[in-house]
Amino acid sequence: MSDYKTIVKDGLWDNNGVLSMLLGMCPAMAMTTSATNGFGMGLATAVVMAASSLLVAIFRSRITQEVRIPVFILIVAAMVTLVDLAMNAWMHELYKVLGLFIPLIVSNCLPLARLEAFAAKQPPVPAFLDGLFMGIGFTVALTGIGAVREIIGNGTLFADASLLLGPAFKAIELRILPADTGVLMMILPPGGFLVTGLMVVVKRMIDLRAGKEIQMGGAHSVA
Amino acid sequence: MNAFEPTAAATVPTPKPSMVIHAVILGVFCLGFGLILAVTDSITVDDIAARAIEDRQNSLSQVIPDEVHDNNLVADTITITNAHGMEITVFRARKDGRVTGVAYEIYGTGYAGEMKLMMGIAADGRLLGVRVLAHKETPGLGDKIEVKKGDWILRFTGLGLGNPAPERWKVKKDGGEFDQFAGATITPRGVVKAIHGGLEFFAANKTKLLEAN
Repeated sequence: MSDYKTIVKDGLWDNNGVLSMLLGMCPAMAMTTSATNGFGMGLATAVVMAASSLLVAIFRSRITQEVRIPVFILIVAAMVTLVDLAMNAWMHELYKVLGLFIPLIVSNCLPLARLEAFAAKQPPVPAFLDGLFMGIGFTVALTGIGAVREIIGNGTLFADASLLLGPAFKAIELRILPADTGVLMMILPPGGFLVTGLMVVVKRMIDLRAGKEIQMGGAHSVA
Repeated sequence: MNAFEPTAAATVPTPKPSMVIHAVILGVFCLGFGLILAVTDSITVDDIAARAIEDRQNSLSQVIPDEVHDNNLVADTITITNAHGMEITVFRARKDGRVTGVAYEIYGTGYAGEMKLMMGIAADGRLLGVRVLAHKETPGLGDKIEVKKGDWILRFTGLGLGNPAPERWKVKKDGGEFDQFAGATITPRGVVKAIHGGLEFFAANKTKLLEAN
């Protein structure tokens, strides 16, 4: 069981896709103009990661070393297309908000890195959990970056969350600062770099304080 | 024998059995996932088309009020070529067979590229409403053109070609009638220009648009 605990802890904090491994930087900075956007992008990525990790683990003995990369990309792209079609047809309201993000998952290197580093060598259940919790960790990081950028840039938090999650979530749409006081730069691309960088720093400071060894970004992601 | 002498096998590699296996594996995966995607596509294609029509109906119902028509807007269309040679699909609102208004998409150039709008015009040439369908303007600045983010776009309802006068169909900064946004002038300028262009299109094609065939 401690094995599964490590998978959960790795995904959420120790080996977090964005804050430790510095993977998936494109969506992490481009899609985090608000907390809601970050959350939506993270959620869609988590679904694709869990499904593709499970599939790769099931077929892992059939995929030879030489063709594994094209097969992984094929699996990720197929999962993305399935999610895209199914959401467009049956969850159309959600699709109108998230639809923009879904095709971008193919260009995210985090799913591919986890397939290569984990799912290709592990049985289906741990592989599925790794994909799922790496995805949830990605969601947490993106929501965090989005929240900071949205509060400073626009003065709101979780604006339009009810469009994504349903009317019940109207209550979490907050206005933190008075209207028109935001620092616009934080919503524009420079804000993405600044906030992402600062959050990586904060995470490492917390790890240092806890006496943990700092894991170097990216170095162990393609183990 | 010279160990460094290249052998025939090294210069012209013959496919080893393992290479064939790799190709077969990749091919089988491609075929398998291709089949899955084809099946999913055929299951979802009708639903997706239905959703697209619903979306169109939604955007039309925002620019054509219910009380001016009793027909199905999406089904009653004609195609007219505009002054730039672009084909415009016009949705017509009818009451008791008479055309009471039309709606069509217009395009403007904003700060970050093309903006797509839908406008509805009554038979007398007054605007029934305008809505922004798609744009890439800066969040927090230019996106106040969306009805969700502000009521700026509602200002146009009831206006027409002569109201205000042609030289006043501009943002205030250019000596016109309409407010720009703090930090964003190009976006509203583009929208005003697009709407004015849409009104001119209506005036130029009025008889064709309103004939009840």
